[in-house]
Amino acid sequence: MEQTWKQAKTAFAAISLPPILWLILFFLAPLAVIWAYSFGENTGPITIDFTGTFANYARALEPLYLDIFWKSIVIAGATTILCLIIGFPVALAIAFASPKMKAWLLLLIMLPFWTNLLIRTFALIAVLREQGYVNFTLEWLWNNTSGIMSLMGMQPLGEFEPMTLLYNNTAVIVGLVYVHLPFMVLPLYSALDRMDRSLMEASLDLGAGHLRTIWSVVVPLAGPGIASGILITFIPALGSYLTPDLLGGTDSQMIANVIERQFKRANDWPFGAALSFLLMYLTVIAIFVQSMLQRSSDRRAA
Amino acid sequence: MADEALTTIPAPKPAKRAPKEKPGPLEYMRQWPLQAIVAGTLLFLYLPLITLMVFSFNTSRRNIVWQGFTTDWYVKAFNNESLLQAFINSLTIAFFCTIFSVVLGALAAVMLWRFRFPGKTVVEGGMALPIVVPEICMGVAMLVFFARVMPWPQGLAWPFNLGAIIIAHISFAFPFVATVVRARLASFNRELEEAAKDLGASEWRTFWDVLVPHMQPGLIAGALLAFTLSLDDFVITFFTAGPDTITFPVKVYSMLRFSVTPEVNAASTVLIVVTVILTAVGLQMQNKDATEKKA
Amino acid sequence: MNDVAHSNAPAPKPTPHVKDNAIIRFEGVTKRFGKMVAVDNVNLEIREGEFFALLGPSGCGKTTLLRMLAGFETPSEGRVLIDGKDVAPLPPNKRPVNMVFQSYAVFPHMKVSDNVAYGLKMDGVPGDEVKTRVEEALELVKLGGLGGRMPDQLSGGQRQRVALARALVKRPRVLLLDEPLSALDAKLRDQMRSELTSLQEKVGITFIMVTHDQDEALAIATRCAVMNRGVLTQVATPADLYEFPNSRFVADFVGSVNMFEGVLERDEQNEAQVRCAELAAPVYLDHGVTGARGSTVWVALRPEKIEMHKRVNGAQPMKMEDAPQGMNVVPGVIRDIVYLGSETNYEVELDGGRRVKTFRSNLTRYDQEDFTWDEPVWLAWHACSPAVLLS
Repeated sequence: MEQTWKQAKTAFAAISLPPILWLILFFLAPLAVIWAYSFGENTGPITIDFTGTFANYARALEPLYLDIFWKSIVIAGATTILCLIIGFPVALAIAFASPKMKAWLLLLIMLPFWTNLLIRTFALIAVLREQGYVNFTLEWLWNNTSGIMSLMGMQPLGEFEPMTLLYNNTAVIVGLVYVHLPFMVLPLYSALDRMDRSLMEASLDLGAGHLRTIWSVVVPLAGPGIASGILITFIPALGSYLTPDLLGGTDSQMIANVIERQFKRANDWPFGAALSFLLMYLTVIAIFVQSMLQRSSDRRAA
Repeated sequence: MADEALTTIPAPKPAKRAPKEKPGPLEYMRQWPLQAIVAGTLLFLYLPLITLMVFSFNTSRRNIVWQGFTTDWYVKAFNNESLLQAFINSLTIAFFCTIFSVVLGALAAVMLWRFRFPGKTVVEGGMALPIVVPEICMGVAMLVFFARVMPWPQGLAWPFNLGAIIIAHISFAFPFVATVVRARLASFNRELEEAAKDLGASEWRTFWDVLVPHMQPGLIAGALLAFTLSLDDFVITFFTAGPDTITFPVKVYSMLRFSVTPEVNAASTVLIVVTVILTAVGLQMQNKDATEKKA
Repeated sequence: MNDVAHSNAPAPKPTPHVKDNAIIRFEGVTKRFGKMVAVDNVNLEIREGEFFALLGPSGCGKTTLLRMLAGFETPSEGRVLIDGKDVAPLPPNKRPVNMVFQSYAVFPHMKVSDNVAYGLKMDGVPGDEVKTRVEEALELVKLGGLGGRMPDQLSGGQRQRVALARALVKRPRVLLLDEPLSALDAKLRDQMRSELTSLQEKVGITFIMVTHDQDEALAIATRCAVMNRGVLTQVATPADLYEFPNSRFVADFVGSVNMFEGVLERDEQNEAQVRCAELAAPVYLDHGVTGARGSTVWVALRPEKIEMHKRVNGAQPMKMEDAPQGMNVVPGVIRDIVYLGSETNYEVELDGGRRVKTFRSNLTRYDQEDFTWDEPVWLAWHACSPAVLLS
């Protein structure tokens, strides 16, 4: 049983003060400053007055920025859906692999997750750019096809045009999927692994096929795991900075890039602060929706 | 019960290996569509990283066609003063971040697991915030904080000039440690603690003799997590780093902006290897611990 | 194999609904998991309408055998036939068998009626027929009116009934039950036993049950197969299993037994004699044993088949009427008494130090006072009581 703090006041103070103070001083205080700035105005190159204005929020809700918010949501959503589509069968396969195989597969899925994000993005650039390996493979295929066609007396295909795989929205989504796939696979795996196998067997036994079993037994029962996989993918994808910055083109700026610009280049801190807080609110809403869904499914199960 | 002699299994017949046994209905990993998906996914995850590592040994500067084996790029990378400094900075920051995060995280975990106190849900929510708040928001908050509220003294000697970055890293890493350790504490059998006290141990001795050993795998996992989170972080560091406190990811980022040289490949390969070794060591320690627990 | 007296056994209980045709056949079925042999060359026929029990200790391969029928495991070697057809190409959802799982596996996110209707919907049964059949099935398992409940609003016993109804509603050729009673408490288990029997008689479907509980198998099944380490040891009616076990494993696993190692001294058409080192007197049998003279055999004596008589020091040894003087009677001293109400269990120490169990029914309210600790007694048994085992 838990102990009330009054029973051991000194111990409680010794244990709880360091983390709580740290959290307040070095996390909540900075956030509070930003929050205050979001109601301020630039009055000089480095001076900001706290005027209590809502002008920054009003500006953030202009169509230009709303568009960027909307685009960020769409890109993060697409990333999440792709991760789910790829991650679900992968998680399913891992959950039902032999124990030894399972350990190896999990390690293989987790290892990139431990690897530096920047390095992974850099590696992806090397593969996707015009002189990257994807284009080389395509070129090789193209030239061979062309050669075969001319051998067969047909018109050769002509010069290979490397595909532009980088610096557009697709590249951003590919990059985000690349980075976030492990986030999706792991919670899905743990939900599927916890599931009572005999429920799936019962469904098969009663005449349902595999897809039907997955749809009407696995998905409803693994629901909370799927929801947390979605959340854990969607939130960082929504706020991602590096991937759109390095893989995206001029029109694939996401909200984080706009925020960065306000702080580092445009030097409009109050506006950047307002955008930051809008992004945080979006995140909080996503968490709230997920926890509501979770609660209703818990209530159904209870 | 039964005698051995009675039930010995007849010697295996000369194995006429049955034509590969059909997989059972739930052995998804043995069915080709899923095997293909898993293989494709792993290829997608690893192909870029492996090519990056392979081409760090390529003689060609243009990083495209394999021309021959060389370790020149590693030599170059190690002779690149600023790259090396960035690498050392990253490791130093990660080291301090790990120590502080493990202590703070463990304290937070014990506090939330052990005590009932007013405002507990608020504290729990506050501890969860650094995990869910978008990195960019935390980054700009740190930027503003260290620029306006608590400016970190300029021109301090190494490694004290890294203080601001270390503080920022601890702020986002220690709640992760707390989560991991708390999950571990949940499996603690309180009767062990009561048994220790029943046998005469004081509160403090009980804590060290019973609770800390139980927490140990969580502490190791937490330390590993804190170390990699710190090593991995780009965004928050990007906003807190000054010109003389560049970390490895920030350095790579700026190199990428100009040109992609195999030097970056080499440096990245070193970091990947460091991460893999660390992960392997951490898993090994946890496994060893798990088997000891079982024995 | 060993007991000629087998032919004298009482007729098994009448089972008119059992037909002659084999609905299930295992032909040389072997299942390996890696190096481990879970099922070793099993040949078995189960007839239509039987209530068949697969009995054995945990890990003996009985569940694997059941799961091969359902289609969750594929045999490494051999064939499994249902209605004479090899079912190897059929996935579980295409087989005419249904299963009641050990954990019941009632879908927690569906109402009781949706659980029961699930299999029918998979077969494309029209909606109104589904409704009537679900109601019938719930009536059958005495859950009428509970169709609207969620599984977590049911007790363990009720959940099992849902699992039963869900499988039976599909009218399978064979119903498979995996340890059906193991998760129930003792009272409920007794009740469910008789209900399962009457349910099976009512629906007339072949039931195959896996259990590690010998009482359960003896009480419910029309025929049992005892398995040990993947090998089928004996297939027989419950009474034959108990009274005429074919091996030490079966004798020991089914019921309680006193086992003595001995040498077959005499073996003729109508009588035989075994000398056991631990018994002061030879064991006399009123039937022949098909073993080589001088070979090692084991004598299995059930505790309730041993009579206990008072022994007065110096008095003439007692004699069993169906055995020669000095045989089937040994002296001993009572060392332990466990009073169980309906009967009393005694542990008697023989002269050589071997302890023998014997059970005595308490026919009157004073029977338990007949014997006391450290009392000298004679242990005696009839010539037809011991089972002689060659392996």
